[in-house]
Amino acid sequence: MKRTAAKSQNNNQFYGQVRAYFHIHAHALFSSLGRLVKTPFTSIMTISVMAIAMTLAASFYLFVDNMEKLTGNLESTNQISLYLKPDVSDKESKGLANEIRKNSSIKKVDLISKKQAMDEFKTYSGFGDALSILETNPLPIVIQILPKNSLNDVLGIENLMMSFAQYSQIDFVKMDMGWVNRLHSIVQLIKRSVFLLTVLLSVAVIFITGNTIRLELQNRRDEVLIEKLVGATHSFIQRPFLYTGFWLGFISGIMAWLLVTAMALILQNPIERLSLLYKGSFEMSFLSFFDTAILLFIASFLGILGAWGVLGYQIAQIKPK
Amino acid sequence: MLKFDHVSKRYSDGGDALRDVSFHLKKGEIAFLTGHSGAGKSTLLKLVAIMELCNQGHILLDGQNLSKVKKKYIPFVRRDLGLIFQDNKLLNDRTVFDNVALPLIVSGYRIQEVSRRVRAVLDKVGLSGKEKKFPLALSGGEQQRVGIARAFVNKPKLILADEPTGNLDPELSKEIMGVFEQFQKVGVSVLIASHDENLVSKIGHRVLTLDHGQLVTS
Ligand SMILES: Nc1ncnc2c1ncn2[C@@H]1O[C@H](COP(=O)(O)OP(=O)(O)O)[C@@H](O)[C@H]1O
Ligand SMILES: [Mg+2]
Repeated sequence: MKRTAAKSQNNNQFYGQVRAYFHIHAHALFSSLGRLVKTPFTSIMTISVMAIAMTLAASFYLFVDNMEKLTGNLESTNQISLYLKPDVSDKESKGLANEIRKNSSIKKVDLISKKQAMDEFKTYSGFGDALSILETNPLPIVIQILPKNSLNDVLGIENLMMSFAQYSQIDFVKMDMGWVNRLHSIVQLIKRSVFLLTVLLSVAVIFITGNTIRLELQNRRDEVLIEKLVGATHSFIQRPFLYTGFWLGFISGIMAWLLVTAMALILQNPIERLSLLYKGSFEMSFLSFFDTAILLFIASFLGILGAWGVLGYQIAQIKPK
Repeated sequence: MLKFDHVSKRYSDGGDALRDVSFHLKKGEIAFLTGHSGAGKSTLLKLVAIMELCNQGHILLDGQNLSKVKKKYIPFVRRDLGLIFQDNKLLNDRTVFDNVALPLIVSGYRIQEVSRRVRAVLDKVGLSGKEKKFPLALSGGEQQRVGIARAFVNKPKLILADEPTGNLDPELSKEIMGVFEQFQKVGVSVLIASHDENLVSKIGHRVLTLDHGQLVTS
């Protein structure tokens, strides 16, 4: 009997402590928001700068996302051309083309005979008359190949090209990259640059928060000093400042979302009209729910990180140690 | 409760502030620390609160050697102390209640307990009904009593007061001394630094006198 009573009292005490702990956190959370509201000018300036940095990163991200979607919609025109050696006969080349057709990663094989090549050349080059002087046809037989999945699978295309190099009849192998693929490569490059840019902008956001928190800490020196003297631990002292960092990041994140969405809405009509002109059916994508969650998470995280970065050193600087 | 054992303190940019100081303050004892300005009174109190570290000797607080306390545990040592300052060190943008509650909040007490204790201690120092006021709306004596309430609210083992009656008139000084004596009755030790010879000599508690950093009477 006695034991259970003691136990339940312990439990009560435990829950009391937990409640006190949550109370402290909730208090720090809202009082730090209250403090930001109390100095609206400074807060708005800081948050705006942070929001602009985040807007840049997020809108680049959205741009790349849309570009990828756009290039993904277009069909690839990657081609591989096999130039055969001059002494390969027409019959031999037909056999080779048939053999290549059996390869499952190839969509289409076209055989261009010497004669066809010459006719084409005459038609398109404008040297028609001059060429008829030639006694022999100098053009090689060409086998044109359209690989499957040619858009994304650069490695696959390379492997394919290597395998052709083994045939003794083939003189050399050449890849003709379609413009869509070029665009695709450019998009990949931009994607990588956007990633680097995002890292830089994140560092900027961390520094802005850090500096803001440092100034805030200096304004509240007395408070920190007194808290230390009545026995506050480091984590107690830094908690409200971490929450300030969180709010700075979170609010900036929301603002960035608004800005990005507004920009996307403004651009939506012109872009979709443009895509109609090119007979595309492109539907622009916005920041999804998931993207938004990630944006807000990263924004808050950067805010907390920026605050945390300066707090360790700055709090220790306030005497007594 | 508090034991100084051949303690010396030299500031890095000054002379000796304390030289070979030894004394023992018992549980539930009140003692005055007097001496001329610059004698080392504030320094002695700061050593106990680990606001400064001594260069030689040992300080034992309730058996614990203060020079061996790890940085992480310093806050917990301070929770056993009640500090009172001449300039009060109140937070002027917080109410009397919030100022006095601070040591309890810092130690993680629950809200009901905080509220109960703050009211009790404010009642004891004669400030009940002023919880919602801000420090600047109070008189000098009342502000000093808020500082005392804050020092006592956590039920510390030892109260350190640096010139607690510094700029108060004799009437108020006496009143505040009365408050200290109340605390003494419940077993709290009190060490009061004061250069107010009048106050010290009249009351008849133990007196420690510092002269240029050396303890001349104890
Ligand atoms: N932070 C400090 N740095 C250097 N010297 C100090 C510091 N604090 C006090 N002192 C010196 O130590 C001596 C004792 O000062 P203090 O303890 O404040 O005396 P009291 O409180 O008795 O007036 C004085 O000579 C003072 O100049
Ligand atoms: Mg002094």
